[in-house]
Amino acid sequence: MKYIGWLAIVPLIGMFLGPICHNASTPFILGMPFILGWIVVWIVITSAVMAVIYRLDPARGQADEEGPR
Amino acid sequence: MNIALILIALGAILALVLGLAARRGHAMKLEEWTVGNRGFGTAFVFLLLAGEIYTTFTFLGASGYAYGLGAPSYYIIVYGTIGYVISYFMLPPIWRYARARHLVSQPDFFAAKFQSPGLGLLVAVVGIVALIPYLVLQFTGLGVIVEVASYGGIPKSVAIIIGAIVVTLYVVVSGIRGSAWTSVVKDFLIIIVAVFLGLYLPLHYHGGISAMFTEIDKAKPGFLSFAATGKSLAWFISTVVLTALGFFMWPHSFAACFSARNTDIFRRNAVLLPLYQLVLLFIFFVGFAAVLVVPGLHGAATNMALLKISVAAFPGWFVGIIGATGVLTALVPGSLIMMTAATLCARNLLAVVRPGQGDEQTALIAKCLVPVIGIVAVYFAIAGSSTIVALLLMGYAFVTQLFPALIASLLPRNPVTREGATAGILAGVAAVIYFTLSDTTLAKLLPGAPEFIRDLNIGTVALLVNIVAMAVVSAATFGRRTALTGEAAE
Repeated sequence: MKYIGWLAIVPLIGMFLGPICHNASTPFILGMPFILGWIVVWIVITSAVMAVIYRLDPARGQADEEGPR
Repeated sequence: MNIALILIALGAILALVLGLAARRGHAMKLEEWTVGNRGFGTAFVFLLLAGEIYTTFTFLGASGYAYGLGAPSYYIIVYGTIGYVISYFMLPPIWRYARARHLVSQPDFFAAKFQSPGLGLLVAVVGIVALIPYLVLQFTGLGVIVEVASYGGIPKSVAIIIGAIVVTLYVVVSGIRGSAWTSVVKDFLIIIVAVFLGLYLPLHYHGGISAMFTEIDKAKPGFLSFAATGKSLAWFISTVVLTALGFFMWPHSFAACFSARNTDIFRRNAVLLPLYQLVLLFIFFVGFAAVLVVPGLHGAATNMALLKISVAAFPGWFVGIIGATGVLTALVPGSLIMMTAATLCARNLLAVVRPGQGDEQTALIAKCLVPVIGIVAVYFAIAGSSTIVALLLMGYAFVTQLFPALIASLLPRNPVTREGATAGILAGVAAVIYFTLSDTTLAKLLPGAPEFIRDLNIGTVALLVNIVAMAVVSAATFGRRTALTGEAAE
């Protein structure tokens, strides 16, 4: 977990990299202007990366004692 | 009586019935009323955490932002995504600590972590000052939506009063369970409405989403990318980071996390919520569709873009459904805010002043305070007030000031003392107030600096002031703390 958690930084950087390198409306991605399409793609990647982190997380499924107390 | 009016009324009645029914089988003690006895599963926590994204502010504001500004509006979907990524790592330790000590509010957490009721008091005050304008905004949005969607049949003030009564009733009776149950209907409705509007309007007016963006790009070059100055890339990135840090610092979102049954729920939600908030994309499409169809809205009026284009494009019954959805997007966050604000007042302000106040009394006082808070918010929403507008601008920046001390308190050995945390929050809040009231920007502060520094969100400076004050005062008081107690950090 300690190391795999750092993977979460990847999509955060990726998200900004598109508009930083290419701040323009074209080419369109998925029918959307470049920056919007780029962000949408990276949001989906973020979700995938978080799923990978969750899979590999040793804390997964280790239900802390349930209930109010 | 028109059909839109009937549908809006049905929406409000449905919220009331569900909100009241949510109580069934639960005795509303303090921990049950505020955090659902920490028994909520993935679905309810998901909806409560997602509730923050789909408020009237986003319904009207996100489309208005897309309509008025273009590319800068994208920050709304990015900061949520980053906020959820942070939540994966931040919420489990917060939840564990809170559960072990039966904490029910955000100030509780700060007071316990730093062993300082005074700091709890400060956090409570900051929270309330940020929450009340936010509640006013929900009511104002509700009034606008209902007035437009009922074709003027229900005036703003009447809608606000009825909405406030509905939400007050079910908050007092059912607490957080009422919010969770009504959010099921709210999210169901908003997804249908948003996706439909976002697909239909571009298709109807432009022949498709891609065609719509091509037309906008031709009519307004530069609208779909970032400007070189002002709301530039530097503004975008700094604003995303600041709002992402503040995302879970809102007292009602923070406390809603306590309602989870276990920590795995947060991890699973951090995977799903980024995808879920892509529904906002369709709200953007609505705003973009309005750019060429209902041009000419400026300033605050851009928030009317979604309603204007809907009234122009749809028959009454569908406008009614949009109105009913709008009502729910105001009531659900409104209910969480009212409950949280009342809990902060009763538990973290009053109980500090009157030691020995039991949980039962606190719950009773909090429930009595809900209508009081409702009346205050209704007054401001109807009267309108420049103070409230100013406070609202500051609200997000206020709660973000809680972030540095919170993160420090989660470290294995907390380097920040209670004096340091207090000084940091006070300095940050003071900086926010000064910058907002004097309308300071970094471009004004440092006119000679490079463009990417001039365009940074001014909140960055407030947060820096906070961190510096926190570090300096902590360094000065650290020795004393370790001498006093060895157990400040968990």
